[in-house]
Amino acid sequence: MSSITLDHHADRSKMAVSDEVAIEIRNMNKWYGSFHVLRDIDLTVYQGERIVIAGPSGSGKSTLIRCINRLEEHQEGQIIVDGTELTSDLKNVDKVRSEVGMVFQHFNLFPHLTILENCTLAPIWVRKEPKKEAEERAMHFLEKVKIPEQAHKYPGMLSGGQQQRVAIARSLCMMPRIMLFDEPTSALDPEMIKEVLETMVELAEEGMTMLCVTHEMGFAKEVANRVIFMDAGQIVEQNEPEEFFNNPQSERTKLFLSQIL
Amino acid sequence: MADLSFVRSEMLPERAPPANEVGIVKWLRTNLFSTWPNALLTVAAFYVIYLVLAGVLPWLFGGVWTTSSLSECREVLQGDVGGCFSVLTERWNQLIYGFKYPTELYWRPNLALVLLAFAAAPVLFFDLPRKLLLFTAIYPFIAYWLVWGGPIGVPVTAFVGILGAYLVFERFSASNFALGALGGVATAFVLWFIGGYLVDMMASENPLLTPVASRDLGGFMLNLMLGVTCVSLSIPLGIALALGRQSSMPLIKGVCVIFIEFIRGVPLITLLFVASVMLAYFFPPDATVDLFLRVVIMITLFSSAYIAEVIRGGLAALPKGQYEAADSLGLDYPQAMRFIILPQALKISIPGIVNVAVGLFKDTTLVSVISMFDLVGMIRGPILASQEWNGVYWELLGFAALLFFVVCYGISQYSQWLERRLRTDHR
Repeated sequence: MSSITLDHHADRSKMAVSDEVAIEIRNMNKWYGSFHVLRDIDLTVYQGERIVIAGPSGSGKSTLIRCINRLEEHQEGQIIVDGTELTSDLKNVDKVRSEVGMVFQHFNLFPHLTILENCTLAPIWVRKEPKKEAEERAMHFLEKVKIPEQAHKYPGMLSGGQQQRVAIARSLCMMPRIMLFDEPTSALDPEMIKEVLETMVELAEEGMTMLCVTHEMGFAKEVANRVIFMDAGQIVEQNEPEEFFNNPQSERTKLFLSQIL
Repeated sequence: MADLSFVRSEMLPERAPPANEVGIVKWLRTNLFSTWPNALLTVAAFYVIYLVLAGVLPWLFGGVWTTSSLSECREVLQGDVGGCFSVLTERWNQLIYGFKYPTELYWRPNLALVLLAFAAAPVLFFDLPRKLLLFTAIYPFIAYWLVWGGPIGVPVTAFVGILGAYLVFERFSASNFALGALGGVATAFVLWFIGGYLVDMMASENPLLTPVASRDLGGFMLNLMLGVTCVSLSIPLGIALALGRQSSMPLIKGVCVIFIEFIRGVPLITLLFVASVMLAYFFPPDATVDLFLRVVIMITLFSSAYIAEVIRGGLAALPKGQYEAADSLGLDYPQAMRFIILPQALKISIPGIVNVAVGLFKDTTLVSVISMFDLVGMIRGPILASQEWNGVYWELLGFAALLFFVVCYGISQYSQWLERRLRTDHR
């Protein structure tokens, strides 16, 4: 497992966790056909938390965060995001999606649109913003992820790391209150992993609520305020990063950590 | 051990390459005569080309263009090789317009064709200003009026009905898609009903443009009209069917699947016979649906089923991540389709769509079997059956082939340009 050291040390003093609830998951269950993929998930995420979700592949960690913006449907229990419960009501789903940004393993940029158009499409059509305003904010976020000069290129002309930073900027343009990261660095070369992680650290320092499925334990130690370990569709252990890494309780966690660290 | 040291005392000047490694000699050696078998094949191929040209060129250039019957051609040629192209010049109007379209009105379809260029340009070349699409929107009604003539109220009513439907849809679809769609359709029918009443009332004895019946259309003009109308109608219908087939709603999906599978399983000719003979049974006894319209409906349904399957292939080729990214950004279904999914799926489907479009255009000649006098119908019917030109097959059918080839090759070249233009992945 790669362990990238970040040049820039995260300033934890800026990362304040409020006691306002951002996401509330109660007794949630999900099946793929007859396969019970998520079992009795209970999780409360507070505004400003940076949660890293780790676990072996197939443990349901990606499925969990994909349930939070209903890319996957859960069959039992409740998911309440920012006060809106996710049900089959499409209005609620759209409301949640406009407040929750998501970054994918394979970037999923729109290859037929320029970088700038990728970033302005949703603000213009979902948030009904004037084009000029949307473009200004897109440029602002592209500067933040340090690639404003690529704005008029197409995704296919960018490196993987640049594409993933565009994907982050694209999500940020919708002004989300929560960001979900689904293995954002696992399709990248080591040097590109670093540039993406640094962007994520900066985001954390600005107080963004983040849920990251990642294998980057360095990032977890640096940024996370809570690490959740999942196995076989359930939350096996969760703790503050220091405790989690230095003093794991469950046998399953110990085995996992011994394999990846 | 030998002495390995070496020092060059003077630098070598540049020399020309050997004569057989440059220019035409080199090209001939690598491409035509690289090995003995290749050299033999080259010689054989040249001989075959010579035989073909020796047969065709004298026929083509020795042809007669000015006589008024086949027997006169034979007299002029006196046994020499030569085509009797006089049939093309003498029957030119019939080949292009059919034999019943009034001669003094030829300017009307001609003007419609010229305007078609302006209407199609902004659709085909999207770098042109988008405002030109306004003309594209009214073009079908202008073209209808020019070709068929009659009271101007008819195309105006049709246009007003569709405009009203569009405005109602725009107004309501944002809040409620179903309400917008149903309201739009209802508005159109109400407007058409009122308009039909008004047109009947105000119809004058002498309309501005003399009416021409659909039966009087013919020649290559008919092929072009059918081709353009059916292609432009079947692409949107094909998109709707492809999306419908992907729908999660069982009713919509079922209807689309049954429609596509049924239409694809039936030969076009049978559908055309249905259009010409049987469709009347499905309408009220006194209703007359124009033959041209019936044929357009059948060809459109036929090719839209094929286009739907081509586009379904394009949709299936898109990674699931594109749908997920669109969803995660909060785009709703129409937005995701319009901005993300369809632009990419249609781009992938271009070669397939062009395949169907070219096939459709050539299939318009099948209307000759239901006694419509398109280009092939004219050739097989009035021209070859006439006393003067009985027996002039090569010249006539060669000409028909040439006309179709020019149009189809043009479509193919356009599609290749389009593919290059839309390529953004820079692989």
